[in-house]
Amino acid sequence: MSRDAILGGIRRGLRRGPLPEDQAMALRARLAAHPRHLLPARTRLPRPALIEQFAGYLQREFATLARVTAAGDVPGAVADYLAAENLAPVLVMAPHPALRALAWSQQPRLTIREGRAEATDVIGLQHGYAGVAETGTLMLPGGPERPTTLNLLCETEIVVLRASRIVGAYEEAWDLLRAEGGGGMLPRNVMFVTGPSRSADIESVLELGAHGPRRLHVVLIEDDPAARD
Amino acid sequence: MHVTSPQFKQNADRAMADVGLQTALARTQAGFPARRAAAVAALPEFEALREAGKQIKDHSLAHLDFYLDTFAANVERAGGRIHWCATAEAARDAALAICQEAGARTATKGKSMISEEIGLNDFLAANGVTPVETDLGEYILQLRHEPPSHIIAPAFHLNRADWEASFRAAHRDLPADRVFSERRDILAEARARLRAQFLAADVGITGANFLVAETGSSVLVTNEGNGDLTQTLPRVHIVLASIEKVVPTLEDATTLLRLLARSATGQDASVYTTFSTGARRPADPDGPAAYHVVLLDNGRSAMVGTEFQDMLRCIRCAACMNHCPVYGTVGGHSYGWVYPGPMGSVLTPSLIGVDQAGQLPNASTFCGKCESVCPVKIPLPNLMRHWREREFERHLTPATLRRNLALWAWFARRPAAYRLATRAGAAVLGILGRRRGRLAYLPLAGGWTEGRDLPAPEGDTFFARHARAERQRVGG
Ligand code: SF4
Repeated sequence: MSRDAILGGIRRGLRRGPLPEDQAMALRARLAAHPRHLLPARTRLPRPALIEQFAGYLQREFATLARVTAAGDVPGAVADYLAAENLAPVLVMAPHPALRALAWSQQPRLTIREGRAEATDVIGLQHGYAGVAETGTLMLPGGPERPTTLNLLCETEIVVLRASRIVGAYEEAWDLLRAEGGGGMLPRNVMFVTGPSRSADIESVLELGAHGPRRLHVVLIEDDPAARD
Repeated sequence: MHVTSPQFKQNADRAMADVGLQTALARTQAGFPARRAAAVAALPEFEALREAGKQIKDHSLAHLDFYLDTFAANVERAGGRIHWCATAEAARDAALAICQEAGARTATKGKSMISEEIGLNDFLAANGVTPVETDLGEYILQLRHEPPSHIIAPAFHLNRADWEASFRAAHRDLPADRVFSERRDILAEARARLRAQFLAADVGITGANFLVAETGSSVLVTNEGNGDLTQTLPRVHIVLASIEKVVPTLEDATTLLRLLARSATGQDASVYTTFSTGARRPADPDGPAAYHVVLLDNGRSAMVGTEFQDMLRCIRCAACMNHCPVYGTVGGHSYGWVYPGPMGSVLTPSLIGVDQAGQLPNASTFCGKCESVCPVKIPLPNLMRHWREREFERHLTPATLRRNLALWAWFARRPAAYRLATRAGAAVLGILGRRRGRLAYLPLAGGWTEGRDLPAPEGDTFFARHARAERQRVGG
């Protein structure tokens, strides 16, 4: 069959048969240990600098940022953002316990539905799993509490992220997911998002709002004691 | 795809006289290198990362059989299916079979060079499945029936007037007097058109920038988000990937990702980098119910262990063509097949044969710029030199070419004789090759096999296999 033909062709090129068991064991050990390679210095900064770097790169990539001191301030920050952008205050929200626990009822201006995004939804509210400071990137693993469609279908995506969940390098984000994710299998979909959707296909000029969100807004909860002076 | 590589010189003459193309080239050949240089300057570790990237790919290729098997096992563990495809035909058939099994009428597509390589769109369309390209550049090329001219900026050669004209011609239900005053208006029209397609499609087909053995994931990098809509909304997700895309771990993929976006567009990271693993899980609110990986060889395993193995490190960033004075003069279409620029000049002869693409390795000034920017340190000028030497040794003169073509033409005009000869030939080759599974000598093609081994047919012809497949389809 094709598998055998392809693997056989590779082995002939490598001038050997199937890998001897001792070598296969060494490779399995490498997979299990998944060693890191060089981490850039920009991922090794003290936490306050790391968080500022995250904020800086995020905005350089055309996302916007609001910083609040406590989770209780999130609903107000969301309402304020929508008002400032002149957007109708109707949202679809990820059914994540941390978002559900917020005092939305204090913001009667907002109409909120929970669930995945549908084609008709205009504003999505997503739960940020982690932030990666080296590029100003959001890590958004899909799952029942964090629908992937919320990252894609709405014109405006708002992500709520805790500063304590900002890491320096992608490798650290992977380690968070390995430690917290269930059973050694990745979620179906792990998205890293750096700014709103864009294209430079027309005459090599960058335009925002290709097929994904035109606006990406992050509400950052400054909950990291190590990050305060 | 129709191959025009043998007419490289004529193609190049035409390209140099094409004013629109030259305008576009002037724009991109300045923009890409400047953006890459700025991104590289902002990361002091870039040079060290290039070496790390090279070593990761070399390690992966030295154990490619092991990592492919590991990848396949983990895809299946996550509820996906693997389709091992030795040839372009096998990959087309596999993709079509999945579409048919899903009862698909339309398939949305993310940008995939493998799809171009195997000619998937025409094949699907001929078999009742309408393919819809969703990358903005690929979308307009599909409207215009043109091949891509660049591996990451497929429609860079078009100017705004071309976009407007194509959209007016294709979107006839929209008001004829609408105004495209800015590029944004073109983008908005495409977004609205394609949104409906994303929602209606039964199958989504994407490529993959990497495959991760550790987790069984495919990795897709885009800026538009079209690839993610393609792999999230339809019921079925098909990944088209070639065998050399596999790397061992998430850490290995991460290091290569640090190189990819910077080398390609000069971004620190592309907007969307997505790891897809298997099918939607029972509690997931969205995502495809089925996940398939069509794993394509198509000549790559024959490069392993040869001096061209280095080419299999390529991560398709396009830096080599963005910095190439030849590409900058003649553009992508001149190369006559899927892969242009320095990487194409090395890869194309390996994949479609030096008899078709023998001119491409000559399309070089040997300035060395490509090698100096390649994020995985592929010695592109040296590999082009290897091809030139081979072509010289093989004495591929117009006279032998003419003789072989005349012979082929004689058979081609006589279908019965062609079938008979290929059946007899395949049987003989099957016997000859059985001992090693690979043929170091092929009658009538001494020149071709001097430089490469031909995988031995399994004692059967395409016609015979096709007929058998037909019978099985009819039978049940
Ligand atoms: S050969 Fe190197 S520079 Fe060219 S596309 Fe491949 S990885 Fe990029």
